[in-house]
Amino acid sequence: MKPPYNAPSQPMRTYLDFEKPIAELEGQAEELRQKSHTLESEGQPIDVAEEIARLEGKAATLLSDTYQKLTPWQKTQVARHPARPHFSNYVDHLIEDFTPLAGDRNFANDQAILGGLGRFNGRSVVVIGHEKGSDTQSRVIHNFGMARPEGYRKAVRLMSLAERFDLPVITLVDTAGAYPGIGAEERGQAEAIARSTDVCLRLGVPIISIVIGEGGSGGALALAAANRVFMLEHSIYAVISPEGCASILWPGSDGAKTQDAATAMKITAQDLENLKIIDGIITEPIGGAHRDPDTIMADMGATIERALKELEGKSPEILRQERRAKFLAIGREGLG
Amino acid sequence: MNWLTRVARPKLKGILSKRDTPDNLWHKCRSCGEMVFHRDLVAARNVCPSCDYHMRLSPKERFEAVFDGGEYDEIELPDVAQDPLKFRDEKKYTDKLKTARTKTEQKDAVLVAVGALRGIETVVSVQNFAFMGGSLGMAAGEAIIRGAEEAVARKAPYVVFAAAGGARMQEGILSLMQLPRTTIAVEMVKEAGLPYVVVLTDPTTGGVTASYAMLGDVHIAEPGALIGFAGPRVIEQTIREKLPEGFQRAEYLLDHGMVDMVVHRHDLRDTLARVINLLVKKNTWTVSTGAPVENAASEDGQAGITASDAGNLPARLDAGSTGPAEILPPNKSNTKSQMD
Ligand SMILES: [Zn+2]
Repeated sequence: MKPPYNAPSQPMRTYLDFEKPIAELEGQAEELRQKSHTLESEGQPIDVAEEIARLEGKAATLLSDTYQKLTPWQKTQVARHPARPHFSNYVDHLIEDFTPLAGDRNFANDQAILGGLGRFNGRSVVVIGHEKGSDTQSRVIHNFGMARPEGYRKAVRLMSLAERFDLPVITLVDTAGAYPGIGAEERGQAEAIARSTDVCLRLGVPIISIVIGEGGSGGALALAAANRVFMLEHSIYAVISPEGCASILWPGSDGAKTQDAATAMKITAQDLENLKIIDGIITEPIGGAHRDPDTIMADMGATIERALKELEGKSPEILRQERRAKFLAIGREGLG
Repeated sequence: MNWLTRVARPKLKGILSKRDTPDNLWHKCRSCGEMVFHRDLVAARNVCPSCDYHMRLSPKERFEAVFDGGEYDEIELPDVAQDPLKFRDEKKYTDKLKTARTKTEQKDAVLVAVGALRGIETVVSVQNFAFMGGSLGMAAGEAIIRGAEEAVARKAPYVVFAAAGGARMQEGILSLMQLPRTTIAVEMVKEAGLPYVVVLTDPTTGGVTASYAMLGDVHIAEPGALIGFAGPRVIEQTIREKLPEGFQRAEYLLDHGMVDMVVHRHDLRDTLARVINLLVKKNTWTVSTGAPVENAASEDGQAGITASDAGNLPARLDAGSTGPAEILPPNKSNTKSQMD
């Protein structure tokens, strides 16, 4: 049996701005429950079950309504939710015998991109992905999921290993983007991303990518030039962050245009499916992946299994050709 | 012939004749502040005569500077969907495109041409920074791919002059998708066994560097060119520090191993020709017959091989050489240039 998902150590549920009304209802229900416990221990039991159920029902309806019509900016916030399951959570749940491999054999072990060998539904695979971290300490260790060149070079190394042993590659994408720093530039951030993309595209084994949170520009794409690309329902994938886009196109707008930028750029999973850029969307539990991690893990596992079944047995040449054809077709068809 | 000659040419002529007033005969150098006579600047291919600052060049000026005799054929580029995201910020994207087209008389940021480079048929793509910052949208991506296909079809080397401020944000994710698409283009050229040479010009930043601009067999940069993935402002905002002097400049990239050479624009054509020659004319070595080898000077005044070299080395003929044809491998002799 696989271990249950361990929720990131959040003492309290984190609510996003737009979830305030939900937070209030859920808070009231919780308060009532606490109060009834206190009264019960003092020998004055009261029946609050009905009221709690009413509040919780109302909260659930509101949550469902809200999540059915999230704006692109709201989705961005969900995609960045601190309690959202990250790479390590998926690996814990979906991959057996996970054996992390470290380093680019050149300069460092970039912890913003993790990867290694493991077993997915019985078969050996190479798993690679961005890890954002789940608390202050681990976020610093993982540099908030923003990789330096060494991260991409580690990915290249692991993909080459996969190719040598004919193992499928699974990548999980979750980054605000590649890290913009002096050292990163000095050591060839651009080249590292280009090379990683190039290696993805030339792989003679199946590669499947899933955007699990943020797909931030080249830093995301470097792991996502895959035979199949999926997105979680509330994840985003964009050429630049909404904040970055707003600051360039509306200089001096000081954040006021971020929502407009998020909408204008078409960054949601639904937008990308319409633009024929991704192969499918993995539906999230109501309220987002973090509200029911076990369900999202199971659904993601099923999606990966289906995709691998479709690709297994294809020759390296066919896998390459199909991957190329898929990317070359983007923008040529179905844009009106 | 193409979109430009049909539509924009007459309009441009009008603008040019108006511009030809004494006020505009001088340009102020952005680097040293010196006033440079327009004609001198053109003759110097937009390199400041007093400080060597490399100003930007349009694709047509690049083609003229690179190809033998300044002669080339432009390659027709595929049409792409216009404004697929219906994007608007302060202005509609379609209006921005119109403005850029009028200004540059180009349909989009990249032009592609084929011509001879020291006699070797070469496909050259040039990205124009003046067209919406050279940004990599669908049209530019298709142009880079088209150039690669043309190179493969003609078995010709492919040279890309990169220049871009980043992505075409108005095309959102479709702009990002040009990274894998142009990377595939590079792979096609390499798999065909053809040289792929990148010339990094000022500025080349963002997604362009994370794809075709950093995947060359050989990387040449123009002096002083800004080259990097993240823009300097973004880095400064992130690390809250001032950036070191010369950071992300061509010479800095050379020091850090990201480019092979920094080449003055006046030597660029010779350098490109030599690199390509060395990569494609693999069999011009021959046993010396003892006969004197002529000093094969090009029109740029660059010597191919000197008579003194010929004394102790087997005669090596460069493509521009006027040496005896029988020394050349028979299958290559037909590509010898008549234009040099
Ligand atoms: Zn000057």
